[in-house]
Amino acid sequence: MNNWTFAATMIIVGMGGTVVALGFLAILMSLLKKLFPHTDQQKTQA
Amino acid sequence: MIDAVLNGISGLGAGLTYLHWSNPIMIVIGGVLLYLGIKKDVEPLLLVPIGFGAILVNIPLADLMGDEGFLRTIYNMGVANELFPLLIFIGIGSMTDFGPLLANPKIFLLGAAGQFGIFLTIALALFAGFSQLDAVAIGVIGACDGPTAIYVTSKYAPHLLGPVSVAAYSYMSLVPVIQPPIMKWLTTEKERQINMNAFPTTPPSKTTKILFPIVVTVIGGFIAPKGLPLLGTIMLGNLMKESGVVSRLTKASENEIANAVTLFLGISIGATMDGRVFLTPQTLMILAFGFVAICLDTACGVLFGKIMNKFTGGKINPLIGAAGISAYPMAARVVQKEGQKYNPYNYLLMHAVGANTGGQVGSVMAAAIMLSVLQGIGLI
Repeated sequence: MNNWTFAATMIIVGMGGTVVALGFLAILMSLLKKLFPHTDQQKTQA
Repeated sequence: MIDAVLNGISGLGAGLTYLHWSNPIMIVIGGVLLYLGIKKDVEPLLLVPIGFGAILVNIPLADLMGDEGFLRTIYNMGVANELFPLLIFIGIGSMTDFGPLLANPKIFLLGAAGQFGIFLTIALALFAGFSQLDAVAIGVIGACDGPTAIYVTSKYAPHLLGPVSVAAYSYMSLVPVIQPPIMKWLTTEKERQINMNAFPTTPPSKTTKILFPIVVTVIGGFIAPKGLPLLGTIMLGNLMKESGVVSRLTKASENEIANAVTLFLGISIGATMDGRVFLTPQTLMILAFGFVAICLDTACGVLFGKIMNKFTGGKINPLIGAAGISAYPMAARVVQKEGQKYNPYNYLLMHAVGANTGGQVGSVMAAAIMLSVLQGIGLI
């Protein structure tokens, strides 16, 4: 694979993949927070 | 008898006879690393063993990195097989609180943007003449994460381990110097003053904090399986911490294991700094590209912060984008300090800590994705 193709692949797939993966994790964690919300009892225990 | 005595005498000081011009220079460089670590408190846990290892390996005829040398034994034990950085990652995971990140999961995106410098630097290094795998090892300095840089470099470009590790750890400690000018150039006075004290966040429950490392490991592992060793170890450490039921293991990971492995890792990295290999124009280029990687990370993080600022109607201070790198907690402290410079009533620390821990996950994910892409295109 020539350097131009390699660089373009790393930039597009690497940067894009990182954003998509972390964006997906952000959505998942938001859903988890809704499924298991923080309660006042936990605040008291803390 | 006189011959025997003379031969015996010639055995003493033979190291001076075999001295290469690069050895005394590297001994001085080792001394500089020791000075930085001891006198200036710059990452002493690593720079002290690295500096001393560099001195040891540049004394001729001691053969410490020979087949039976003790430095070679330590190197083979945990650097050549990438074990040491993974063990340190368990300790790092058990020391990290992802609570501020989970309080505002959107901040994950800043952790992603803070890794763009890795991929841009790979491109720059390629066009500067480095091979594809060497460019990858150089780009990963931008992960601002020592164990990640060591893991990738020792696996795919072991001949660059010395300069990449020294660059990664040195630049991490220079974050308070490198970041502020970039943060200032890329933001307006009004943006820097944005107050986030009332920005809505919801703290995560204990269940969420326990599920987080498991979810990240499974999802991240399926997306980028080649990086699972990195992802799995940092999340194992975090799971142990958040579960609260294995405090002995958590304490051992943070203390005894992390300390012992840090010593062995540091001295092994120093042992790769033989002058004949280290003192080349290539090393200077690697140090330069490492600097560029961190600048690009900071710039991309701040620019992404500006985009998020627009999408949230001006509620997000773009400065927190600079904390999207993995230099934890240094980058968060820099953002807090810079934020207060322009608005003394602004407390950006917890948002910056969220971005910083997002950067930790981001750097590991970026490295994992990078390795999986390399596998996909058949390079590894």
